[in-house]
Amino acid sequence: MSGAMQTPSTPAELADAVRSAPLVIAVGAGTKPRLSRVADDVVKISTAKLRGIVEYEPSEFTFTALAGTPVREIAAALAERGQYLPFDPLFAEAGATLGGTVASGVSGPGRFRFGGLRDFILGVRFVDGSGRLLRLGGKVVKNAAGFDLPKFFVGSAGRFGALAEITFKVFPRPASTRTLRLPVKDAEAIMGIFSIAGRARWELDALEASPAEGAVYARLGGAGEAHDALGAEILAKWPGETLSCGVAEKMWRESGEVTWAFADGAFIKVALAPAQVAAFLAVVPSSARVRIGAGGNVAYLSLPAGAAVPALAWPAVALRGDAPLWPGTRPRFDVLQATKTALDPQNRFPNLDD
Amino acid sequence: MEPPTSTAVLRRLLALLPAGRVLDRAAELAAYESDGLTAFHQRPVAVVVPETQDEVVATVRFCRDEEIPFVARGSGTSLSGGSLPVAGGIVITLNRLNKILRVDPDQRIAVVEPGVINLAVTTAAQPYGLHFAPDPSSQSICTIGGNVAFNSGGAHCLKYGMTSNHVLGLKAVLATGEVVEFGGASREQVGPDWTGLFVGNEGLFGIALEITLQLLPRAETFHTVLAGYRTLEQAGDAVAAVIASGLLPGAIEIMDALALEAAVAAVHAEYPPNSEAVLIVELEGPREGVAADRVRLDEILAKSGAVEVKVARDGAERIAIWKGRKSAFSAVGRLSPDFIVQDGVVPRRRLGEALRRIGEMSRAAGLRCANVFHAGDGNLHPLILYNGKEADGLARAEALAGKILRMCVEMGGSITGEHGVGVEKRDYMPDMFSADELDCLKRVRAAFDPLGIANPGKMFPAAEAPVLSQHGLHPLEKAGVISRE
Ligand SMILES: Cc1cc2nc3c(=O)[nH]c(=O)nc-3n(C[C@H](O)[C@H](O)[C@H](O)COP(=O)(O)OP(=O)(O)OC[C@H]3O[C@@H](n4cnc5c(N)ncnc54)[C@H](O)[C@@H]3O)c2cc1C
Repeated sequence: MSGAMQTPSTPAELADAVRSAPLVIAVGAGTKPRLSRVADDVVKISTAKLRGIVEYEPSEFTFTALAGTPVREIAAALAERGQYLPFDPLFAEAGATLGGTVASGVSGPGRFRFGGLRDFILGVRFVDGSGRLLRLGGKVVKNAAGFDLPKFFVGSAGRFGALAEITFKVFPRPASTRTLRLPVKDAEAIMGIFSIAGRARWELDALEASPAEGAVYARLGGAGEAHDALGAEILAKWPGETLSCGVAEKMWRESGEVTWAFADGAFIKVALAPAQVAAFLAVVPSSARVRIGAGGNVAYLSLPAGAAVPALAWPAVALRGDAPLWPGTRPRFDVLQATKTALDPQNRFPNLDD
Repeated sequence: MEPPTSTAVLRRLLALLPAGRVLDRAAELAAYESDGLTAFHQRPVAVVVPETQDEVVATVRFCRDEEIPFVARGSGTSLSGGSLPVAGGIVITLNRLNKILRVDPDQRIAVVEPGVINLAVTTAAQPYGLHFAPDPSSQSICTIGGNVAFNSGGAHCLKYGMTSNHVLGLKAVLATGEVVEFGGASREQVGPDWTGLFVGNEGLFGIALEITLQLLPRAETFHTVLAGYRTLEQAGDAVAAVIASGLLPGAIEIMDALALEAAVAAVHAEYPPNSEAVLIVELEGPREGVAADRVRLDEILAKSGAVEVKVARDGAERIAIWKGRKSAFSAVGRLSPDFIVQDGVVPRRRLGEALRRIGEMSRAAGLRCANVFHAGDGNLHPLILYNGKEADGLARAEALAGKILRMCVEMGGSITGEHGVGVEKRDYMPDMFSADELDCLKRVRAAFDPLGIANPGKMFPAAEAPVLSQHGLHPLEKAGVISRE
């Protein structure tokens, strides 16, 4: 029997909720349900009411919001002031919360240029396993005091604490973008483009491949005046086409919302190195759908319902569907358990393996 | 020759390592007594100079078994006493682990040993059109191991972040003796970000042995502008206008009058006459993008009330501008026998107010204070000048530094943007963090270092071990286990 769902609306109430049961896990909007699929006796704490932007100072390039705030609300507030989260959080329109986005550690197409979620998180307020509400990191764009626990929470899947409030760095939104579609015939061609475009003078904003479509998508961001010349140079190297604004917007939306994936079935993030793209594509079953992002540094794998998960020789995490939570390789060191015990001495939150 | 110190422990250490790896003579140890925070000294019992990763691991395990504190050391340029030795402890210096193991241009990564000099990474990456973004002013001498331990910054943090944003993975020997590998060649991570947690640990977790760094394409073009202003406020307002414009410059730096005077004296830098402050703004990227952005920047600066706006016309002029800025610390050394540098952070919108208050506080203290800082990210670098020969010189300078740090915290900022807490700022941690928060940090530290032997006495207030026990003997000395000259 699962306990009654708790719905705190303030950080202090979140701390009470954590203390209220021997086994708890925080859950957001459920866009990545595999992360919180744990034993029935674990009480779920919903962050649905723990929402709102606490502080937003456009001149500081920072905002602080409660963990349950939908990312799309934040994106809208930032857009009003010409700013954005450069890593393009995934599932924003589907309702993903800020806390769930941090705990899952996933970034979208814009990750390529300026870095992923981990590179923009500045500070967290969280409830540790003893029920203490703690603030670590900072609220300014630069801070080196204390260990970087905010980064540690990225990808931690709610296993080390319940996030209450998070501070992020943001950037001015590029004045304009342009997307090119470059046809590719195989994995080698994808890797060739990734390798050259990755260190070219163009400084692309996003670089993704959709192997099934036989396409690499390259996005330029910045002053619009530069796009004609840069776009022409890229197309001279790899013949392709410039997408119209409407088509480009739709394509990036599909990428960010993952609408290309099977509605049910496992959805898995794989951390790749660019040199491993071909090896990865070789193990993907023909029934699967795949997208390679961040210039070959990440793969998203979608399997049809009921399909077996292939053996993955890379670090991987399942976000949706029926798959082991960590279907790839995992580091196993004594210090990992010791850190878990340090933050959660009573094992109130599930273990990474649960 | 028989080493002068031949206690049992030292003898065991000497037996553990190949000949020549352990320094224990007074003259040899003297060079390691201090780091960039020169007001503090502590002689270590011995200095180990390993030449391989295995020797580092063996030394750390030895320290664990013997419960002897150790301090990892790169080039000793820490400005907060991070690499200051610990009484009764040893120093493990990593300069000989200085191999760049791999530069992979396709994946845009470099794998390096900890003793590699920061600038050497960019030098190795340059043939491929790549560079390593973190660029502390000390980049021609400081090591990647030190950068990792301190999550060091530089002039380009607003756009590119700090060291941790460029470390993809690492291999380390923890204070427990366990050898771990976190992250790897991918820019993405799965599961908690262990690499991110390790970076910035200030040497309290263990020793980094091998580090995977991300490299970025080197910008094709730079547009570097130096603008002189009659007041610091005007320079600050110009920063606000640049930020509000939606531009994302690679660097935004300010130097005040005293810092300018120092740079002129030291490297013959040239600045617009009658300037009380100089602003440096740099745009970078593909030439077409920079050409478009510079039009907007030039408009903003033209309206900012500058005495003069100078644009670097070529690479040499750009380097000259940066030379003046990056030499500021050492240049100030010419103005004063001694100085300390703070690196507190304030919200950018409060920079003007912070600088005014620093001016008032330093006048009240009767001390001169030069300011060079990363204006783009609110990271102050007040250099407090004092005379160490005056009985209360250092104490007065430290008191002023403390007031500045508290002001930063009050304003919602931080006590350190990039130099770390070290010994110097450990007593200010409670201004930023509650007792529970400090307890949490200590618990995490204990997970990596249950015995408290890795760089003890740093970061945490009410330090576990008195670092500056220059008087009196260490308990191990009293017990006859160790001794010093
Ligand atoms: C003139 C000058 C300018 C500077 N400018 C800047 C600047 O612009 N930005 C900035 O951020 N800093 C700056 N610094 C500070 C300093 O250079 C940095 O903190 C640098 O990273 C220290 O590197 P290092 O090799 O000298 O390390 P050290 O001083 O030897 O050590 C620093 C810390 O790292 C630990 N450590 C060293 N190697 C390892 C390892 N392999 N594993 C684990 N821990 C290790 C040490 O124990 C110590 O705690 C400046 C310093 C000077 C003197």
